[in-house]
Amino acid sequence: MTTADLILEILNEEIPSRMQLNAAEGFKVAFVKKLAELGLTCGEATCLITPRRISLHINEIPVQQEDRIEEKRGPRVGAPQQAIDGFLSSTGLEDLDDCEARMTDKGEFWFAKQYIKGLNTAEVLPQVINDVIRGFTWPKSMRWGRNTLPWVRPIRSIFCLFNKERVSGHLDLGSDMVPLGTVTYGHRFMTSGELQPIDYFSYRELLEENYVILDQTSRRAKILEGITALAEKHNLRVRQDEGLLDEVTGLVEWPVPLFGRIEPEFMVLPEEVLITSMRVHQRYFALEDETGKLSPHFVLVSNIEPKDGGEAIIVGNERVLRARLSDAKFFFEQDKKQPLELHGKGLSQAIFQEDLGTMAEKTERMVQISQFLAQHLQQDPTQAMRAAALSKCDLMSHMVGEFPELQGIMGFYYAKLGGETLEVSQAIADQYKPKGFQDELPKSDVGRIVALSDKVDTLVGFFAIGIKPTGSKDPYALRRNAIGCIRLLETMNGLQIEGLIKTAYEAYAPIFEKTAATVCTLSELIGDLREFFFDRLKAYWKEKGVRHDYLEAVFAVAEQDAFEVIGKRVEALNSFLNGSDQNGEKLLAAYRRASNIVRIEEKKDQTTYDDQVNQNLLADEAEKELFGILTKSTESIEIDMQQHNFQNPMKVLADLRPHIDQFFDKVTVNADDKNLRENRLRLLSLIRGTLNRVADFSKIEG
Amino acid sequence: MRSLSFQEVIFRLQKFWGDQGCVLLQPYDVEVGAGTFHPATVLRALGPNPWSACFVQPSRRPKDGRYGENPNRLHQHHQFQVILKPSPLNVQELYLDSLRALDIDPMVHDIRFVEDDWESPTLGASGLGWEVWCDGQEVTQFTYFQQIAGYELSPVSAELTYGLERLVMPIQNKENVYDLDWNGATGEKAMTYGDVFRRSEREFSGYSFEFATTDLLMQHFMDAEKECMKLVEAKLALPAYDQCIKASHLFNLMDARGVVSVMERPSFIARVRALAKACCTVYLEQL
Repeated sequence: MTTADLILEILNEEIPSRMQLNAAEGFKVAFVKKLAELGLTCGEATCLITPRRISLHINEIPVQQEDRIEEKRGPRVGAPQQAIDGFLSSTGLEDLDDCEARMTDKGEFWFAKQYIKGLNTAEVLPQVINDVIRGFTWPKSMRWGRNTLPWVRPIRSIFCLFNKERVSGHLDLGSDMVPLGTVTYGHRFMTSGELQPIDYFSYRELLEENYVILDQTSRRAKILEGITALAEKHNLRVRQDEGLLDEVTGLVEWPVPLFGRIEPEFMVLPEEVLITSMRVHQRYFALEDETGKLSPHFVLVSNIEPKDGGEAIIVGNERVLRARLSDAKFFFEQDKKQPLELHGKGLSQAIFQEDLGTMAEKTERMVQISQFLAQHLQQDPTQAMRAAALSKCDLMSHMVGEFPELQGIMGFYYAKLGGETLEVSQAIADQYKPKGFQDELPKSDVGRIVALSDKVDTLVGFFAIGIKPTGSKDPYALRRNAIGCIRLLETMNGLQIEGLIKTAYEAYAPIFEKTAATVCTLSELIGDLREFFFDRLKAYWKEKGVRHDYLEAVFAVAEQDAFEVIGKRVEALNSFLNGSDQNGEKLLAAYRRASNIVRIEEKKDQTTYDDQVNQNLLADEAEKELFGILTKSTESIEIDMQQHNFQNPMKVLADLRPHIDQFFDKVTVNADDKNLRENRLRLLSLIRGTLNRVADFSKIEG
Repeated sequence: MRSLSFQEVIFRLQKFWGDQGCVLLQPYDVEVGAGTFHPATVLRALGPNPWSACFVQPSRRPKDGRYGENPNRLHQHHQFQVILKPSPLNVQELYLDSLRALDIDPMVHDIRFVEDDWESPTLGASGLGWEVWCDGQEVTQFTYFQQIAGYELSPVSAELTYGLERLVMPIQNKENVYDLDWNGATGEKAMTYGDVFRRSEREFSGYSFEFATTDLLMQHFMDAEKECMKLVEAKLALPAYDQCIKASHLFNLMDARGVVSVMERPSFIARVRALAKACCTVYLEQL
């Protein structure tokens, strides 16, 4: 079949950087899917994106749709003639003889086959383009002029070639029509006039000649290369910042790095302030010297090769940065005038959550929870309580007002300057950690205590008044919060969450008395939160690649476990069953042989065989031996369980395999003697019971 | 070559946009926080009728006052406001031409359109667009209005708001707003921004941070609210709207004076928004 390639470029007003990568992928997928729906299965597709263009290239699209047969369901057999006639006329058929009567699960219906002549792809494309663009969703979209089409920013023109030829048609914006044209344009400033590529090769080449690096990956690489080289020229290194690099890639079509200076007077500011100020407001890259110390320089990436070599751009940017940093320095000096504690006065005016009181009240609760946690860890609670009491004060500082992302960090600096201990200061800095599974934990016990008290307080409060994540909606990031809790709980020396939740819940008492919201009971809350935590834990292990049936097996027996113990169970089970030796298979075989028959007999007898084996009823050598080995292992298994060493019991039971096989070879379980039979079932049940203390192996599949 | 004076920048922008068919208006004579509040923006953006206008709007932000001592922050700054309805297809090109009219050469200066969506909770208004950067300085807010007072707009207006101080500082290469050359004159006629406005900055900072009588502000606020609703009843959209922006400014004054707690803020904003909504509704009814 003859195929051809399609180039479609949407020239756009500037697309927000953060949306570009997803849009390129989504647009490509949507377009290919739409073609496939029309019977046009295509070859490789790529979508490149810059701030101003979405550029799709699809190879090997058939130039013509196949002729096809579509089947249409008509009325029920025996339907009134009027309905039959309507159906026939809608299908263009003359007679019911051309239709087929077929039974479906809803009854017997008439079906008509229609032969549809395939169209030229070039004729189909304008509709495809309109449908895909109209159906595409951006995180945020807008309308412009008198048009109705929602899109990220106004579309200015479209360049489209199929099979190296113009596609005749328009994009209908709702009022204006954008022709599918055969010209495009280069860089906004560096070049002017229309470009007329004749194929994809010349399209790419013309754009490059006209100062557009179309491929986001190359553009990113070029920026990284450029800023690295510029830094090296001054014997400096770029402070790594992948997020900023991504953002800048989406801000320029023709990146040109330039080198600027920071006035030495600003270098007294904390490093985080300087970096945040440069990054958030200005998108500058910070530089460091060979010792890793922040250097009084920055690199900016401009979008043009300036006529004057960059003089004006550098002067301008340095001026802006000076103004920004003067503000920051002013804030820093103002903030330092009073101790951190006094900044916190404003917390009684700041709302934590509409129905849950103020930040000052939250802080009080955090102090109580911190005390509880410190006592659980058998530590003097003074430091943790102090850190908790000061933790939110920096939210009221000028600096955090200006740069919310510096929360915690500024608290650290102001606490240290105010003479707080390093431990307290560091705990304030670390209170928002860990942000997810990858992030590091707070450095000290005090830090972990304060971080946990913050997170638990939020979760307990929100859940108590019924604010929970639903589906994809989690506006308060409670899922991430729960993950933080889980990771922190793992460091809390086997702390059971019930006690922690109870402490947090009771700390809310004054709020719950006056809130307008409906508050659930403590036991409801514990149930809800336990389930929520378990869901998060499962998600965590699943993401790490643990099979879901292994997780079901562990969670079936982990009801009373501290989270760290659950983790140990999961890891032990996963590594045992996935090990390269045969132990996993041996264990499962042993378990199944032993448990299947017990399960079946239990069901038949409507009873369980979990009670003790009667040694005096052991008749056969093989069963005596099996029981002997099991009994001998019991003591070591007991110790293993207490130490949460879950590998050993599995190993011991895997090694029972030959004895179990021998047992089944030599011993008849369903003996005629009722007592012997029951005792043998109890022996097998003992194997099952022992293993069930590690995980419920009946949940494991295949 | 002498750089453009502050007033020359205004002249050129007025000429440029006047030549594009904009109605050249004068600043609105009620205190507002931004050019958007000018009825020529908010009200004219409603409904189907085309409208293009430009004007300078002194914009009062009591909270930003610094007694004339901060080189960048002002209680009153100046916006050059352009409203184009419906937004023309070449609006970005027109905007760039307006920069060229100010001798800003986009081959020397790095001009960038950086995502910045605009929202005014007091007006119940929002739009999408960018902040326009010139060499890292935000010089213009560029917005496609989508909603005002909760009404979806059709056609959509483009609003270009040049921050004149921010724009002129790099043009004149000045670090301090008070050093800006206002009129380009020499000798005793030479006037800087400081000569023109420093005293007003100092005195209004004193007023908004120290001397404004808060009970009176609250009383005025409630009076304006009441009057607004009465005028809405009488279907007098424009006078009603004056009371709405008065209420908004009074709220800003109370806020600067530190008597609006964080908890009360949302409810004040909601009250002003309710007024704006009522005015816009009447305005639309009477179109």
